[in-house]
Amino acid sequence: MIGFLLKGIIRDRSRSLFPFLTVSLGVMLTVFLYCYINGLETNFIDSTARYASGHVKIMTRSYAAEADQIPNDLAYIGVNSLLEELSHQYPELIWTPRIRFAGLLDVPDEVGETKIQGPISGIALDLFNPESPEYSIFDLKRALVAGRLPEKMGEALLSADLAQTMDLKPGDKVTLISSTMDGSLAVANFTITGFIRFGITALDRGAMIADLRDIQQALDMEDAAGEILGFYKNFVYRDKEATLLAQNFNDRYKDDKDEFAPLMLTLKKQSGLAELLGMMNLFSSVLVLIFVVAMAIVLWNAGLMGSLRRYGEIGVRLAMGEDKGHLYRSLLIESAIIGFLGSLAGTALGLAVSYYLQAHGIDISSLMKSSSLLVVEVLRTKVTAFSYFIGFIPGVGASLLGTAISGLGVYRRQTSVLMKELEG
Amino acid sequence: MRKGEILIETKDLVKIYPMGRHELVALNRVNLIFRKGEFAGLVGPSGSGKTTLLNIIGSLDLPTSGSAVVMERRVEELSHKEAARLRNEHIGFIFQTFNLLPYYTAYENVEFPLLLLKVSASERRRRVMEALDWVRLADRASSRPAQLSGGECQRVAIARAIVKQPAIILADEPTANLDAENSHNILQIMAELNHELGTTFIFATHDEKVISYLKRKITLFDGRVVKDEIIS
Repeated sequence: MIGFLLKGIIRDRSRSLFPFLTVSLGVMLTVFLYCYINGLETNFIDSTARYASGHVKIMTRSYAAEADQIPNDLAYIGVNSLLEELSHQYPELIWTPRIRFAGLLDVPDEVGETKIQGPISGIALDLFNPESPEYSIFDLKRALVAGRLPEKMGEALLSADLAQTMDLKPGDKVTLISSTMDGSLAVANFTITGFIRFGITALDRGAMIADLRDIQQALDMEDAAGEILGFYKNFVYRDKEATLLAQNFNDRYKDDKDEFAPLMLTLKKQSGLAELLGMMNLFSSVLVLIFVVAMAIVLWNAGLMGSLRRYGEIGVRLAMGEDKGHLYRSLLIESAIIGFLGSLAGTALGLAVSYYLQAHGIDISSLMKSSSLLVVEVLRTKVTAFSYFIGFIPGVGASLLGTAISGLGVYRRQTSVLMKELEG
Repeated sequence: MRKGEILIETKDLVKIYPMGRHELVALNRVNLIFRKGEFAGLVGPSGSGKTTLLNIIGSLDLPTSGSAVVMERRVEELSHKEAARLRNEHIGFIFQTFNLLPYYTAYENVEFPLLLLKVSASERRRRVMEALDWVRLADRASSRPAQLSGGECQRVAIARAIVKQPAIILADEPTANLDAENSHNILQIMAELNHELGTTFIFATHDEKVISYLKRKITLFDGRVVKDEIIS
């Protein structure tokens, strides 16, 4: 019987081609948008982890409470011993200390007078430790657009955009004016050895990258750091594991009432990321639901049109003694076949587009000029194993739903008037 | 089933259609018996009740009162599913407008009732080709309805009706859309099938060409049987 139905589907284009194209298009969009949201989420998580939150981050409790204000006066003291302890107890993660700082960058003229000043938002990284992961986390070699990377203390990198604004060249000397951990004035001189561009507007607008020990000296933060970031060695964030890890770490300090006791937060727990990622997941679910409903309506209408066209055929089949249930089921099988084949084609197309954009991406830098989000300027899709299946939910589901509704007409058909109808 | 055995029996069969405030009596106390091998026709003007009687015999409709026993089953007591099974197993239909499935070949159209009966593939092939042989269309088995003439389409419809070897074939105005030559060809085939296979044919018609082939002519008027004659 299925072979018989297939012949009809293949030969009658109006009951195969139109629904097939509708399903393919809908599934293609579903797969693409799913991969797009996936990519967005992955890009977002990855960028946030690398540049701001780590997969887990340790701060003092009071620093964590006001982390948005970069309160270096509340930084953790005793970083070296804590790092040693962390490396020993949690070897599955890479640990690295950072200090975020803000201040003014003063560029002197030939006689040492201020030529120009500009605000900067800097990050101090462990640059000269050969075991430091920061070079690969920040991908500094790729980000470098002019000059060279710092090789010794007193050297720093500056955002290419800021350098252009301040008319700087590699090798120029600058002065950082900021405040120490105790709130006094901090002044330190640096040689800008190179300019960097991360492709993240929020960082590129005014970033300065300096060595951790330089900034510790400049801000009087000996053996102190605002944040200690932990990364899984494969750089893939695993929320469940990270949550357990943080719980385990924090449990050790639960009886310590000191506001400077360390506190570990997972990526999701920082800056309302959990809500944002939850929204993203909700959005992708709603998206799939919308496609199911919209396609079901389209296919329902297609089914109604098909039923009108096939009115005679359905009548003959009923007259010949085909049971209404059997007829209804055969319509469902037809739509399941169309839905499956359409989903197959749509998934292939959706994956093709998604794979292309995973490799090449879409440049949205022009839209991000005033953004403060740590989001890369090239949006990429991300194909996962589920991307291969997600299209089948709306593809087959909507086809079946549409036919299930329109096919109910079979049950309303009166056999008593069949003879008259079939004479028409 | 032996020749002469009763296949259909109606007793005081009444069918009334409500028409707004009024009622239309389509069949009024019809008492008829049809035996195996009959070649009978229901004749009479439009509205005399011919199609209504075919509908009830074909288990497509229910009587308002009285009874219709078809193949030992009371039509008025059958569920939709049982009625469908009765049609599927024992009754073939031939319509005025052929009603072939347009996207299937002649072979596939004839094969369809056997698919419903879940007949094996090899048996289906044998029976379909035999049915197409009967209507002299074995060489057009792979043609679709659009490629066939009206007469050929009706012959395919006959093959579709006989392929499951039903006891009864109900034909509603089977020659209405055919020219004289095709009508005679069709009627000849049906007469042969009746003679060779013993299939009972019941026609609803006012076509004189059909009437000339009948062995029994039942005249209906205003829902009543006014004449029931055996034609020698």
